[in-house]
Amino acid sequence: MYPFSFSKATDERSALAAASSGARYIAGGTTLVDLMRETVERPTAIVDINGLPYRSIDLQASRLRIGSLVRMSALAAHPDVRREFPVIAQALELSASAQLRNMASIGGNLMQRPRCLYFRDVSASCNRRTPGSGCAAVNGLNRGHAILGASEQCVATHPSDLAVALVALDAVVITRDGTGERQIPIGQFFRQPGTTPDREHDLRPGELIVAVDVPTGPEMRRSGYLKVRDRESFEFALTSAAVALHIDAGVIRTARVAVGGVGTVPWRLPAVEQALRGHAPGAELWSTAAARAADGAKPLQENGFKVELLKRTVERQLQMVAGQA
Amino acid sequence: MGSLLAGCDDAEPAVGEDTKTTVSLRINGEPHEVIVDNRSSLLDLLRERVGLTGTKKGCDQGACGACTVLMDDTRVTSCLTLAVMHDGADIVTIEGLATNGRLHPLQQAFIDEDAFQCGYCTPGQILSGVGCIKEGHTGSAAEIREWMSGNICRCGAYTNIVTAIAKTSTGA
Repeated sequence: MYPFSFSKATDERSALAAASSGARYIAGGTTLVDLMRETVERPTAIVDINGLPYRSIDLQASRLRIGSLVRMSALAAHPDVRREFPVIAQALELSASAQLRNMASIGGNLMQRPRCLYFRDVSASCNRRTPGSGCAAVNGLNRGHAILGASEQCVATHPSDLAVALVALDAVVITRDGTGERQIPIGQFFRQPGTTPDREHDLRPGELIVAVDVPTGPEMRRSGYLKVRDRESFEFALTSAAVALHIDAGVIRTARVAVGGVGTVPWRLPAVEQALRGHAPGAELWSTAAARAADGAKPLQENGFKVELLKRTVERQLQMVAGQA
Repeated sequence: MGSLLAGCDDAEPAVGEDTKTTVSLRINGEPHEVIVDNRSSLLDLLRERVGLTGTKKGCDQGACGACTVLMDDTRVTSCLTLAVMHDGADIVTIEGLATNGRLHPLQQAFIDEDAFQCGYCTPGQILSGVGCIKEGHTGSAAEIREWMSGNICRCGAYTNIVTAIAKTSTGA
């Protein structure tokens, strides 16, 4: 680990001031400390934002507001979240381990960096870590990598489960910097790698995530998260699906579907949603809609299995959420 | 001498005063004031500076759980957090679980149920188990396994670890 100076922000102003002079924010630290030890991250200054007042979980009629410093475990355990947004609680409790969920913040969860082994190994070529150095994963060990949204420059998946749920639900990321507040629709927050894989999100330098808003709606209560992985617990997704359905008078009025473990960003499936909307729930519909889940997929040498696995994951989760499994 | 990886070695290369910070912590009920290199993990502070080597370093990347301690009554992996972030925190390690010479009930249960072999993961398993019980995730063997998945035991003592936690949680 490289040396760095350390300060604690006592309020938002001091946090933004530190960041504008180059300091990196730290909250839970579970990603940043790990990557600093691997020397993938080499900040020269760190500002601890844990003293800032972004710890509340507030459900109102039109939205749930989640403070960015709320811990994963606290959000997952919150009775309003468990009742009104089961997909959020489930995505969180299927993430990481109990210890890490006690430490890791919601803002930090969105800022997680890829788990690609070449990204984490400073001796390997990686365009995301070192732009222009090449991508060792494209023709390397890529069983866990993306089949959607990849480029020649980068094929790493986005690691967050929570982000998949938030993308399905059209959450909004609320940020502040010296010029004021922005509300960024989460679908625009994450950036596909393209030719600039080192640009992972829409944040400006020094901009701070203060909260995440999730809209309410009749489909939110009927929602859930399915995660398929190599072992039963404490593992990243091979495939995952966040689904929310509003079924009224025997017809699907609203469908929200996003998937993880397969995309360079959390991946929304509008074609699947479109295939569901206005139809009566049933086995044939789940199968027909899920057949669109891997539209546009471009598998790599070792991850072709994800195409079929993804369709089955979506089909299973549509059944589960509809209560027809 | 000293390496980039060992954040709290007194023989560190000189790196300037702004890369060291004084931290005051309560550890197992005792106050400690330590000047640490900012790079020190909480784990390295406990082991290398305070001399509490019961907390173990396994993977040093949050994947094995051997370094689990209670911080302000909550289980965390001490390797993945910087000591400088925790001025004022209350830490409990394996050395601080016994009271008045009596083992904590979960420590005793690990002995009674033969819940370890080599013992390296055991301090982390026990602190994580104490957290798991406090959190109320001991309703079934399956629930305990899920909520203890952050602690790896390469000897494979899982069956007896689950039994020790289950029995302790019910006071059996």
